Amino acid sequence: MSLRVDDLTVYYRSLRGDVKAVDGATFSIEDGEIMGLAGESGCGKSSLGKSLIRMDARMKHVGGRVELDGRELPIADDRKMNEFRFRDVSIVPQYSMSALTPTRKVGTVARELLESRDVPFDTVKAELVRRLTLVGLSEAVLERYPIELSGGMKQRTVMVISTLLDPSLLIADEITSALDVSSQRAVGELLVEFRDRGFVKSMIVITHDLAILYQVADTILVMYAGKLAEKAPAETIVGAPRHPYTRLLISSLPEVGVRFDETRLAGIPGKPPSLLSPPAGCRFRDRCPLAFAKCEEEPPFVEIEPGHEVACWKAAA
Amino acid sequence: MLEGGRLMLALDGVSKVYKVGTFGGKRLRAVNDVSFQVAPGEVVSLIGESGSGKSTIGRMVLGLSRATEGTISFEGQDVSRLERRRLHAYYADVQGVFQDPFSSYNPIFKADRVLALVKGFFPEIGRSEWDEKVENALNAVRLEPGACLGKYPHQLSGGQLQRMLIARALLLDIKLLVADEIISMLDASTRIDVLNLLGDLKERGLGVLFITHDLSLGNYISDRAVILRHGMIVEAGATSKVFGNPVHPYTRMLLTSVPQLHTKWDATRPRPVVEQTSGETAAHLVEVEPDHLVAAVGETS
Repeated sequence: MSLRVDDLTVYYRSLRGDVKAVDGATFSIEDGEIMGLAGESGCGKSSLGKSLIRMDARMKHVGGRVELDGRELPIADDRKMNEFRFRDVSIVPQYSMSALTPTRKVGTVARELLESRDVPFDTVKAELVRRLTLVGLSEAVLERYPIELSGGMKQRTVMVISTLLDPSLLIADEITSALDVSSQRAVGELLVEFRDRGFVKSMIVITHDLAILYQVADTILVMYAGKLAEKAPAETIVGAPRHPYTRLLISSLPEVGVRFDETRLAGIPGKPPSLLSPPAGCRFRDRCPLAFAKCEEEPPFVEIEPGHEVACWKAAA
Repeated sequence: MLEGGRLMLALDGVSKVYKVGTFGGKRLRAVNDVSFQVAPGEVVSLIGESGSGKSTIGRMVLGLSRATEGTISFEGQDVSRLERRRLHAYYADVQGVFQDPFSSYNPIFKADRVLALVKGFFPEIGRSEWDEKVENALNAVRLEPGACLGKYPHQLSGGQLQRMLIARALLLDIKLLVADEIISMLDASTRIDVLNLLGDLKERGLGVLFITHDLSLGNYISDRAVILRHGMIVEAGATSKVFGNPVHPYTRMLLTSVPQLHTKWDATRPRPVVEQTSGETAAHLVEVEPDHLVAAVGETS
């Protein structure tokens, strides 16, 4: 088992109190698994991803532990985490466009990054060039400044550099959101290829776009208001979801071929609760058509069939 | 295509050329010889990737930017070069809503100020009648007046803010709404409600120019679709025809790239590559079937 997250709780400090962004997340990722992490804005998906590699100053680790390949990740200790970053856990950030230092050539950025990990640049340069070629870039990009590359080229460059040391876990945060559909497909297919070639062992792909996840992910974890709602193979999440939130979300997505005049889709009324003081019990119950008295008690995140976990009283019954 | 009497908005050979580079030495054709029409009660999607000129067209229709060539007419009157007073009258008929609802509001004032500002258009209407109008407009966009009046922008959700902007447009009894990526910043569970709202308004006779990069959204809501690339129309016509029987290789490429929920990207077929043409001359549009125009391409496919 590659990654095991146990009861992870991460809050944000704010002037009005703690924002409970990730509340008791428990899940694991197998070797070679690409897990999609989906949810709407503010559901805690990015916070969960970030807490596995670097918490920013406003985040605090409230409880729970994270284990990668049998070693505990010291996620609360910014310094100690340094040993793991890039080698074991790596990230492709949401804005890869700005992840490269604008005043440094791409090759220099890569060299400095490697040398900060005591890896001499020359020992991996051949591999770097090989991988750049694989994603359709030439060695010449190393001599370019970021401004000379297009958005898609920068995205691919960052993907190659951040996976150069074959990390065990890669976190890809909304990396397709700012791209056009044709580049989205190219980047999505690259993620799968990187896994297949063993450049990364397992991956967490964070996005709000379930359609993309269906294309690239093996399993999908859906979050709602800081809690895990459902985790299952991608096929099951899209074809036979059990959590009412997942069901409504999937049925609200228009696909090519669905027309307003013929099939009228419906959204989910209401909005998620504030994470400053979320209500006790199921956090979806105000918007849920199936809610009943028991929903005032918090539903546990339990396995209802092999590989399919749901946090809902109705689904578990 | 359409009988002249029904036309509301008509673009005819519209181009926009920007001067770029040092001292404006270079010319950039952001929009190149674009013609299409919007009729009352019709949603027309302008679909294109970034840099296709779709937003520039929206801005020109709204008079925020001037067309370099061609004419834009609204109900038979040329609106591409209106001076101030006539522009004001034009805005009583045509309004725009943009992508980011959070930056469309001034965070210092309460959100319903955008509604109060519209009152300036109707000096003759009394207070109570106005309040009733506001309430009707909010009901039309399915906003609870009590839940959103008197609130600051940060207290409302993106979907609520976006719907309030549409309500503002409705207060003016507009005939045409330019909706530029209005739902791309909204969450999946609420965006469909805003789309359905456009659908309902269209049934009441509102014309909508729906600008989007998302093919499935464009397909869901629109009667007619215009596919743009590098500022030029590559394919246009009835949505069912453009999406059901795409002819241009670029449209086909877009459609095979769209991630779908129940079908995987076809792995057996290599990723389609579309050649990067940046020719200055606009391609000639050919009618392949009634109400379906396609840009002539060299037979490469």
